[in-house]
Amino acid sequence: MMLAITIPYWGQSLLRVLGGAVAVLLPAGTIVYLFLFKMMSFMQSRLGPMEAGPYGSMQLFAEVGKWLQKEDIVPERADRTIFKMAPLIVLVSTFLLVAVVPFGPDAYFTQFDAGVFYMLAVSSVSVLGILIAGWSSANKYSLLGGLRAAGQLIAYELPMVLAVVGVVIQAGTMNLQSIVLQQNGGSMFGWDGLGNPYILTQFIGFAVFMIAVQAELTQTPFDMPIAESELVSGYMTEYSGFRFLIFFIAEFATAGVFSLIASVLFLGGWGIPFSWFGWTSVDSIDNWMNIVGPLIMFTKMMGLVFIIMWVRFSYPRFREDQLQRFAWKVLIPVSLLNIMATAILKVAF
Amino acid sequence: MGLKPKVPGLVKGLGVTFNTMMHTFKDGANTVQYPHEKEAPPVRARGVIALREDNCTSCMLCARSCPDWCIYIEGHKELAPPRRAGGAPRKVNKLDRFDIDYALCMYCGICVEVCPFDALFWSPEYEYSEPKIADLLHDKTKLGEWMETVPEAPELEAGADKKGKK
Repeated sequence: MMLAITIPYWGQSLLRVLGGAVAVLLPAGTIVYLFLFKMMSFMQSRLGPMEAGPYGSMQLFAEVGKWLQKEDIVPERADRTIFKMAPLIVLVSTFLLVAVVPFGPDAYFTQFDAGVFYMLAVSSVSVLGILIAGWSSANKYSLLGGLRAAGQLIAYELPMVLAVVGVVIQAGTMNLQSIVLQQNGGSMFGWDGLGNPYILTQFIGFAVFMIAVQAELTQTPFDMPIAESELVSGYMTEYSGFRFLIFFIAEFATAGVFSLIASVLFLGGWGIPFSWFGWTSVDSIDNWMNIVGPLIMFTKMMGLVFIIMWVRFSYPRFREDQLQRFAWKVLIPVSLLNIMATAILKVAF
Repeated sequence: MGLKPKVPGLVKGLGVTFNTMMHTFKDGANTVQYPHEKEAPPVRARGVIALREDNCTSCMLCARSCPDWCIYIEGHKELAPPRRAGGAPRKVNKLDRFDIDYALCMYCGICVEVCPFDALFWSPEYEYSEPKIADLLHDKTKLGEWMETVPEAPELEAGADKKGKK
């Protein structure tokens, strides 16, 4: 179903850019306030920010205002251009990621058959930003942090890719929109009351994916790259003001976007089981799903981010060798076995 | 043994944080929103040191025992009328200056311990921060004002030997 009004191409592009900004910044802000400020505080039996606005809800704006006022310091020996560019690269990779996420039957920024491939490729762009941030800072802590981040992100990229392969095999497509449709239109042993969310069949893949996401986001217990007790703040050490803010936004925006992708791949994305309303194909889906779909996505995302943050606030940090061993000796073999099992079952049924 | 005992621990850890969160939701936090509500410090908390000027003989014991050298004392001798008629006039130490620099003080309490004349006391007051660091130097008037906040000394234990001159 297409919208009745026709919008010129430049208008569509503008809407897409605006939508992308909303889809990245709104979850990031909500995540920071709800989870970083409030949930963490409550888990430590304190209230968190309470002064700015009711229950501290304006705290984020206060923080942003503070960061914007701060001096934009570049170390003397730093590689100026690259140093200034690095946080932008990290943030841009987040915006590129959200481009393939479908939010509704017609509500998507772009949709193409190599969606999963594109998503995995673009998600590793942020490694580049982090690595050059560490390298260009002319600071030993930053360099160590950047190298640790590169080692960790590359190590955990692999289980993430392999975990997604299971979903791709089962869905038979790499188009994220089709994966959503497959899950909601599918059925389990002939019963279609819940559709067929892949978290049930691909639970191992889901677990591996979420662990890898945790590591990709460098959230505790995988926060070796910014381990504050040894590396000050890792690759972010030399950044201040506006550029630190961009790193900060990127961290939580990426948490949101990865959760969106995880909900698309494993939880049925924007959809509700199509059998509830008797929809049979994309074209028969009612138009209101374009409004409700994003809300459903948002809810699922919040649930997943809750898990990410919950784990973050509960566990201590991995040591560097434990972290690498966990990726190479546990996650990758497990996800390889998962692919094998999925492939065999796919052929068998 | 390898992985098995670890899994319950991981889950238990998640449970602890989750339960704490629910507890904070229901019963409120363990913390206090400080400027709006205040917790009373313990009676014998080391908040600020008060000076009873009359007891001070400017013997300098406190100033010399202070690890941070944050007590400044100046004094002079004065002649006071004799106790009995016809006696020689007494020599009394008069305190000109008694300052404690709370920017330096580390609240060890050695000065209070070492004072043989009961001139220094601990008070649990703690709200005396200043915008300017120089204002943290409390002079003898200000130190004397803190005396009002000093709590009553606790009763001696039964059978304790009462020392000190009356």
